[in-house]
Amino acid sequence: MSAARPVLEVRGVTKAFGDEQVLRGIDLTVAEHEAVALIGASGSGKSTLLRCIDLLVEIDDGDILLDGEVITDPSVKPVQVRRKLGMVFQAFNLFPHLTALENVALAPRRAHGMGRREAEERARELLARFGLAGKEDAYPSRLSGGQQQRVAIARALAPGPRALLLDEVTSALDPELVGEVLAAVRELKAEGITMLITTHEMGFAREVADEVCFLHQGQILERGAPERIFSAPEREETRRFLRRLLEARR
Amino acid sequence: MPAIDPTDRRAVRAAARRRRDRRGVAIAAASSLVVLGGLAALVVTSPGWPEVRATFFSWEAFRTSFPDVLRGFWLDVKLFMVVEAIVLVLGLAIALVRTSRAPALFPLRLLLAVYTDVMRGVPTILLVYLIGFGIPALALEGLPSDPVLLGGGALALAYSAYVAEVYRAGLDSVDVSQRQAALAVGLDRVQVLRFVVLPQAVRRVVPPLLNDFISLQKDVALISVLGPLEAFRVAQIQAATDFNYTPLIAAALLYICVTIPLARVVDRMQARRRHAAGPEGAAA
Repeated sequence: MSAARPVLEVRGVTKAFGDEQVLRGIDLTVAEHEAVALIGASGSGKSTLLRCIDLLVEIDDGDILLDGEVITDPSVKPVQVRRKLGMVFQAFNLFPHLTALENVALAPRRAHGMGRREAEERARELLARFGLAGKEDAYPSRLSGGQQQRVAIARALAPGPRALLLDEVTSALDPELVGEVLAAVRELKAEGITMLITTHEMGFAREVADEVCFLHQGQILERGAPERIFSAPEREETRRFLRRLLEARR
Repeated sequence: MPAIDPTDRRAVRAAARRRRDRRGVAIAAASSLVVLGGLAALVVTSPGWPEVRATFFSWEAFRTSFPDVLRGFWLDVKLFMVVEAIVLVLGLAIALVRTSRAPALFPLRLLLAVYTDVMRGVPTILLVYLIGFGIPALALEGLPSDPVLLGGGALALAYSAYVAEVYRAGLDSVDVSQRQAALAVGLDRVQVLRFVVLPQAVRRVVPPLLNDFISLQKDVALISVLGPLEAFRVAQIQAATDFNYTPLIAAALLYICVTIPLARVVDRMQARRRHAAGPEGAAA
């Protein structure tokens, strides 16, 4: 695992919104083909960290590296970085005025200069791979939450990103629709896509992640192989968090 | 599984519903008769009615004045279409500058904020006056002196301010999550605006924009204060020469012929939007 070269490196990143210190020195490495899961309570800073990596939020201190290059340097153009990363949001955030196909084909066409036919061909393939053949011309409002999120995954994947950032991709879904989205992420893992995932689905994190990091009040308190974190957490905060999740399940 | 047999209860309910509907229709008809009939009776029995009928609703005066009024109205329609086209483009440009955050545009944003406030704060008729008589008074070489041009310019300035605000509201109504998603897929700022924000904003503001169309269609008559022979002005002149106001009624009818269909189009679009919002809300 540690032999593979790092795709994403986060070094001592801090971020405050006003008086609220959201990230307090995060260190994190995601190696090629690896999936790292960030777990932790709401407000622990998971989503902020993903937004910082995609340069949607500017960090205060520290560095973030993509393929060994510092992307948080002021001289780096954020657009160029975002074109190498894919992001999937909790609330899907599909473009409501575009069809499923157009949603997926937009970035390859406009951000990567792919021809229309080629971009649509690729979008069609991706949609089919996530079980959405026949839904190409449907607008997001006509799709279920699970279908919308699978379109969003296809959209993030379309330009062939170096890594995918998945932010609570199942949290906004009705329980019966969670499975289909998790299956899509499982497939990404099987293909060896490098991923950084925030999730509340512990069973899923255990199955897909190579490493699990527990975030608490803006710090990574504990990290390790999923089996270890879930069966023998070392920190009291981790134990308490996992216990609360279990209780909520009942 | 047994087929659903209509039971007595069903028949009873249907009968009750029919009774309710019939009663509703009867009440609406009676109420309309009383109110409208009462109003008509009031007008017709008023002491001045015979005179009003002769001066406002003379068929003879209508027939003789209508061709001229109609010719004047054609000028209104032409002016409306040109001004509307300018307003749509200018309003959008103003809204885009005002919502952009580019530092270089700061002075322009400041000027446009003042412009919008002033244009919306001054009565349109005053603006038509000021521009229509003020610009020629400057006696500057190259400035237009044609009243239609100046009146149209005044209307374009006034309405661009209104329309810019409508566009701006539309741009603001697009959720930040849409911008974020567009940035996240790798679009640059201009592309975010062009492919994601603007299409959604424009779709949302079509009904309020059409409402402004309707206002403009009527306000074109304001240029009459500068003298061009548009419908209202023609009607006014004829009324003054014959002491008969029927030409004004003719002009009013012409305006209505254009504005009412436009208003129905807006209603229909809004109804369709509400209808479309139903399943959208359910799926979200």
